[in-house]
Amino acid sequence: MAEKTSYKSIILNPLSQNNPVVVQILGICSVLAVTAKLEPAIVMGLSVIAVLAFSNVIISLIRNTIPTNIRIIVQLVVVAGLVVIVNQLLQAYAYNVSKQLSVFIGLIITNCILMGRLEAFAMSNRPWPSFLDGVGNGLGYTIILIIVGFVRELFGSGTLLGHQVIPQWCYDHGYQNNGLMILPPMALIVVACIIWIQRSFNKDLQDK
Amino acid sequence: MNKQSNTYTLLYIIGIVVVVGTALAIVSTTLKSLQEKNADADKMKQILLSVNQQPENIDSLTAIFNRCVEGITINAEGQTVAGKKAFDINVANESKKPADERLLPLYIFRDNEIGTKYIIPMNGNGLWGPIWGYISLNEDGTTVYGAYFSHQGETPGLGAEIEKPFFRDRFKGKTLFKDGKFLPIEIVKAGQHPLGDADYVDGISGGTITSKGVGAMIDNCLVPYRQFLETLKK
Repeated sequence: MAEKTSYKSIILNPLSQNNPVVVQILGICSVLAVTAKLEPAIVMGLSVIAVLAFSNVIISLIRNTIPTNIRIIVQLVVVAGLVVIVNQLLQAYAYNVSKQLSVFIGLIITNCILMGRLEAFAMSNRPWPSFLDGVGNGLGYTIILIIVGFVRELFGSGTLLGHQVIPQWCYDHGYQNNGLMILPPMALIVVACIIWIQRSFNKDLQDK
Repeated sequence: MNKQSNTYTLLYIIGIVVVVGTALAIVSTTLKSLQEKNADADKMKQILLSVNQQPENIDSLTAIFNRCVEGITINAEGQTVAGKKAFDINVANESKKPADERLLPLYIFRDNEIGTKYIIPMNGNGLWGPIWGYISLNEDGTTVYGAYFSHQGETPGLGAEIEKPFFRDRFKGKTLFKDGKFLPIEIVKAGQHPLGDADYVDGISGGTITSKGVGAMIDNCLVPYRQFLETLKK
């Protein structure tokens, strides 16, 4: 029973209490890059979940054989291999999405969340918890990506997933899309606002 | 075996590289035909988009393409080059050569409803990477019927807007020849005019470098077709 609760916390903790983006401040670079529109943000999130879960499992399976002095290299090889495979699969089965994401899929390799989870969790845990940890952290990352992408696309372009949502009469009455929303600095400001809101509700995260 | 020894480390890394390498090779070879089919279908889709045709699925796409589009290869003198398949020519490589040495692919779209259109492929550079497109001309060889642009990694919401219909539509009805002079369409800042008489369209605010790239691409890629287009005018 005790183990079951801990599985639950492994997958739920990264969603808010220990979110990789807004609490650990990891993977900020890709949050800036892919969130100008909602759709690439969602696909990017799904790709990160897949790569993170499987690289966690693989590293966890071979964790006892890895020589400690080259463990980072081994982790990188596994992550890079998986990312290339994801990219190839997208090109074969979801060509349009892969065209949209282009370079960003390759950049998953350098996402700090991956290295962080492999080092901190998969190297010292069994495969199943590692898988859950990967999914949990991937979800935590995806949630932030979706929130930021939602805000930026809505106020920056007046659309959501490419559909116009801000009605024409708003524009007729002088409303304008906020061009700043589309630029990378605004992603940082949105992330900062999320951090602010989260910490004001969560006393545990506040600095003493 | 001692896991911290150099021999173990070396063997381990060789082993993992072989395993990962094999896995990647297998994935790549098994998916290759699918990927190439996707890439070809995507190219056909882009060519048809420049004449405003949007087939619903991949089968009707290939059918329409095979029925309506004929690819020919010409040179800068406007003569047909035999033995080169237009569809297989790498426009990116050709556009880097001097204009008179290039092989120029040209697609002729024939349809009973909208008539004959000439489609010219283009390739150039945006801010972050390559951009490309297709521009279709009416039978007179000067009036633009439609245009299509795409890019590899331009900034979403800024430079990437070149692939949106609102930008592509700005090219409709523009002309390449003014009083017998060949003047490719220029891209200017919204509200400004080019120095010469050339027809112009407004660029994308916030996507200045990409817009300039589109202008340079149109200029670079249309100029070699001049001789051929002039023969169409007569």
